[in-house]
Amino acid sequence: MPANESFARNIAESGQRAAARSNTSAGTESHAATFRIWRGSGASGALQDYSTSVSEGMVVLDAIHQIQAEGATDLAVRWNCKAGKCGSCSAEINGMPRLLCMTRLSELDMKKPVTVEPMRAFPPVKDLVTDVSSNFRAKKRIRKFTPRPPDAPDGTWRMAQADADRVQEFRKCIECFLCQDVCHVLRDHQLHEQFVGPRLLVHAAQLEMHPLDVLDRTEDLKENHGIGYCNITKCCTKVCPEHITITDNAIIPLKERVVDRSYDPIAKLVRLMRGRKSTDTGQGEAR
Amino acid sequence: MAEYQRHEHDVLVIGAGGAGLRAAIESAHSGASVGLICKSLLGKAHTVMAEGGIAAALGNVDDRDNWQVHFADTMRGGQYLNNWRMAEIHAKEAPDRVRELEALGAVFDRTADGRILQRNFGGHKYPRLAHVGDRTGLEIIRTLQDYAVHQPIDVHMECTIVSLLKDGNRIAGALGYDRERGRFKVFAAKAVVLATGGIGRAYSVTSNSWEYTGDGHALAYNAGAALQDMEFVQFHPTGMVWPPSVRGILVTEGVRGEGGILVNKEGRRFMFDDIPENYKGQTADNEEEGWRYTQGDKNARRPPELLTRDHVARAIMNEVRAGRGSPHGGVFLDISWISAKLPNAEDHIKKKLPSMYHQFKQLADIDITKEPMEVGPTTHYVMGGIRVDGDTQMSSVPGLFAAGECGAGLHGANRLGGNSLSDLLVFGMRAGKYAAEFAGRQSSPKLDGQQADAIVRTALEPFDRQGGGEGPYQVEHDLQTMMQELVGIVRREDEIRRAIDRLSTLKARARKVSVTGNREYNPGWHTALDLQNLLAVSEIVARAALERKESRGGHFRDDFPEKDPSYGKFNIVIRRGPNGEVQVTREPIPEMREDLKKIIEENK
Repeated sequence: MPANESFARNIAESGQRAAARSNTSAGTESHAATFRIWRGSGASGALQDYSTSVSEGMVVLDAIHQIQAEGATDLAVRWNCKAGKCGSCSAEINGMPRLLCMTRLSELDMKKPVTVEPMRAFPPVKDLVTDVSSNFRAKKRIRKFTPRPPDAPDGTWRMAQADADRVQEFRKCIECFLCQDVCHVLRDHQLHEQFVGPRLLVHAAQLEMHPLDVLDRTEDLKENHGIGYCNITKCCTKVCPEHITITDNAIIPLKERVVDRSYDPIAKLVRLMRGRKSTDTGQGEAR
Repeated sequence: MAEYQRHEHDVLVIGAGGAGLRAAIESAHSGASVGLICKSLLGKAHTVMAEGGIAAALGNVDDRDNWQVHFADTMRGGQYLNNWRMAEIHAKEAPDRVRELEALGAVFDRTADGRILQRNFGGHKYPRLAHVGDRTGLEIIRTLQDYAVHQPIDVHMECTIVSLLKDGNRIAGALGYDRERGRFKVFAAKAVVLATGGIGRAYSVTSNSWEYTGDGHALAYNAGAALQDMEFVQFHPTGMVWPPSVRGILVTEGVRGEGGILVNKEGRRFMFDDIPENYKGQTADNEEEGWRYTQGDKNARRPPELLTRDHVARAIMNEVRAGRGSPHGGVFLDISWISAKLPNAEDHIKKKLPSMYHQFKQLADIDITKEPMEVGPTTHYVMGGIRVDGDTQMSSVPGLFAAGECGAGLHGANRLGGNSLSDLLVFGMRAGKYAAEFAGRQSSPKLDGQQADAIVRTALEPFDRQGGGEGPYQVEHDLQTMMQELVGIVRREDEIRRAIDRLSTLKARARKVSVTGNREYNPGWHTALDLQNLLAVSEIVARAALERKESRGGHFRDDFPEKDPSYGKFNIVIRRGPNGEVQVTREPIPEMREDLKKIIEENK
């Protein structure tokens, strides 16, 4: 196969490139760097400088772990997968909401101290750990997935990939809550109980646009979930590590539905006549 | 008993990944009051890391698939050490568990006619893995989580269990601490389901998160339950190897399922060189046939990259040892080559393997649509675990159940990719059901206050030694390095014995570790406690590995490189002896039912 020849060449070149990289980094060459980390319990605390030795392939979470092992054994930080899949290690790095495990040191100016702070929109617990329980409470308030009856006699449904695609974007969410952190309604105004925030609007959007779901949560969005608080500054979209187009694809369509339902008399009339997507079937069992 | 925060449940589920969530949901459906313990926040458990898919013989892509073929594949992959009853139940019930996920809101990728799409995976004869791109685990955990929060389940987040509690011979609950404040909590329960996952943190190169410290294995062992098959640790063939800080992070088998190939630094596709006898009939003769298989040609056989994980991992090790590896001690995994076959290869790869694209781009500066990845084996999964009844998932301790990775039996000597997610749901559901049933027959257990006080005193000892000994991280690090070197992919008697010696030194060091600070969210203290479990499971793995003087599945002995049929007749079972010593016994595998034997014969 001709593909195989070009392939072998490709491999050889890649090997050379990888070897070249390993000579300049990959733990062979390291230098000292300073991390300015928030230490504190509850609301009181201060930034504290730690010096540790770093090499190019490292991410910020590696440096934090190294600092823990080198003496700051009680430095509190959440983390799990270390591969950008679980959304545990959210923090603010040089003021930017990021995942600690996906932020490479090579992207940062290492000549200056790297500031690492907890997410500021949430009540501080200790060091880099915050109380994110409001997000879990907010999700409970959103009515659960409720499918239409199965399409086939064997209890299964049919769904086109194109329809799946639309909600699969929202279902990529890893619940890191960085979008909540950067949302001014939550961060500056602390309206956690009035406004569910971008993460939960994405959750609501995946339910509302789910090909099988039959509930209509429009009224809830307006009355209980505070969708009106969002004024579409799109900060949430910018920080999403999963690149979900939160504002354009999730929030704006939901806002449009709210507007249609509440303020469009013709649409209201049509709905009354058709009786589709009733709002009062919320007690339906999903099983 | 001193004052502890106290909770009472019919069923206490420890662990909130796929198995724990599914168990909790089932117990709640049965009407039991349920407590669910998460070591991390809800929805962050290791299940989120599962990428490739969930194995179930739905037959949506190839209608020749059925439970019998799935059963035979699972047994062959496990080299017939599996609990055949579990393999049967698993193959029969997995399709229902997958369909039920859809009823709970999961959105799987679709076939052209709108059904759940299935993909190829190592060791599975037909395309069998229902999937969502390469983030199937996230889809499953989120679906279960979003359903569970609307059920009457008390969720205890960021809570670590340090010991089970017993009332005589039966289970009575558990004792743990909350991470945030370091307060101890007592959970009284009529039945306990362990769903704590694996032991990967006993090794230095692993795809597992900090949570995977063998908690359930150690809790059960200390409570008197039997473990089995602990010599079988799965080293996933493809972990990242560069840069060093990401070494071990998983590269999904889905890359190979979509046509990715393994090559050495000479550009040679070495997997064709050595195909095991029992897979010869199912493996492609040439590259063209292998490619056709990945593209859904029903008449083609699978490429050798999709042989079982134990085999592929060893083949990679052989290349590296022979000096034909990549610059950082792995080999190359290439998916970009498919641009020679498909016109829109770049988009196709990004669509089919989005997280892999993302992961390599961000962590290694590699565009997998254009260049090969460097990969090598990484500690991924433990086939061994708590010995359970195949139908009910109850362990040898009455009222103590186990499901998911911390249980044993389904996978035998080697797990097939995709069989883990289905394991979680099938046996999570069963554990939840039978735990609730068991609880329904019991009165409230009596809790022994002195037992609890003693556990708490021991747990707090690292603070009493404040400033005295070394910190826990160094001991943990030394343990991981030692296990990787001496009880890793390739094992030898002298090395295993050396490991057992070193373990007693490490244990002595662990008894003296000290931590600084207070009990609030203190990772040093948490590590000191988790270390006890890691040491216990490490010794168990080493002792079991010493006992099995043959090579089979995930267990490879350099001094006994062949499979020995006499070792195919029993499981190695581990119990805690009366003086705290590790007792190793050989327990015969029950004779397989005739109808199941026939299925295996027919699928040879």
